[in-house]
Amino acid sequence: MGIGILKKLFSRNSSRDTAKKRLQLVLVHDRADISPALLEELRGELIDVISKYMEIDSNNIEMELDREDGSVALVANIPVLSIKRSKKQDRRSKAKKQSK
Amino acid sequence: MEPKVIVVTSGKGGVGKTTTSANISVSLAKSGYKVVAVDADIGLRNLDLVMGLENRVVYNFIDVIEGNCRLNQALVRDKRVDSLFLLPAAQTRTKDAVNPEQMVDLCKNLKKEFDFVIMDSPAGIEGGFQNAAAGADEGLVVTTPEISAVRDADRIIGMLESLEIRPNRLVINRVRPHMVRGGDMLEVEDVLDVLAVKLIGVVPEDSSVISSTNSGEPLTFGNSSPATQAFENIAHRLTGAEVPFLDLEKMNDNRFVSGLKKIFRFSK
Repeated sequence: MGIGILKKLFSRNSSRDTAKKRLQLVLVHDRADISPALLEELRGELIDVISKYMEIDSNNIEMELDREDGSVALVANIPVLSIKRSKKQDRRSKAKKQSK
Repeated sequence: MEPKVIVVTSGKGGVGKTTTSANISVSLAKSGYKVVAVDADIGLRNLDLVMGLENRVVYNFIDVIEGNCRLNQALVRDKRVDSLFLLPAAQTRTKDAVNPEQMVDLCKNLKKEFDFVIMDSPAGIEGGFQNAAAGADEGLVVTTPEISAVRDADRIIGMLESLEIRPNRLVINRVRPHMVRGGDMLEVEDVLDVLAVKLIGVVPEDSSVISSTNSGEPLTFGNSSPATQAFENIAHRLTGAEVPFLDLEKMNDNRFVSGLKKIFRFSK
């Protein structure tokens, strides 16, 4: 038993832990039925859409599918550099022009 | 108890579906239930070999479906235990020889005569599995504690659920206690953590499984090896009995048998 505790203390990354982590990660993708390529595509489109409204740091975006309590969530961390005010105004002015 | 069709499946090949099917079928029959083990792996027949009945196969279930023989003619009676039968697969046909509707009919007919229909599914998620699962009431998903097998098990559980087969319960096969202790194998809790499914049994790695297959004598016919008790417990749980799980962790692999004997003494 003493050896077991020592082992647990000193081998922080047993192959069991690695296996479980890899498995959890791959199952999140399997269950969400979304391939890494598709996730990458979604990321690209999201950047495009959000960039219309705010200036974002597209190099530091973190995006992943997360599993919590049996449900899957799309978690995105998108650093905002500045908010654009022009977009809405652009739209309004365009609408006004069209209505004239 | 209502008659039940239980599909034994895994996704991944080679994790012990056929061994599990044979052993629980024998164990259920020994407890007095009328049992038929159906080999649904058309073209890759194996359950007859594992059960030691290969020399007595005359017809197979494709013959039954196509009307070449009556159901009773195709059933192979196991002479070692009353009330155990095998319905063999066709060896020279492919899975396309039958469709899910025909399997549903076959299962209905089998349920008229048997308490348990144990359906040994082929590996994979395609036609062969779809056929095997078509008439099933419950699922038994077999996996080993390896990530590839667990991943495939997850896929199969999803498919069984979409077919509205439930409950589905998990058999974790070939657990090696010394590797678990050393942190080099997924533990039972790890597997249950990632798979949303209930556990029905944990079977330790046991070399006597191979020798029992060599001789065509499933362990549950009376072997006293470590895996035997595990398979028998699974069979009992299928009948609704509450059986405590074996504690594999407390046992050294070489002292396993003596550990089991202690458990037997306690339970008797």
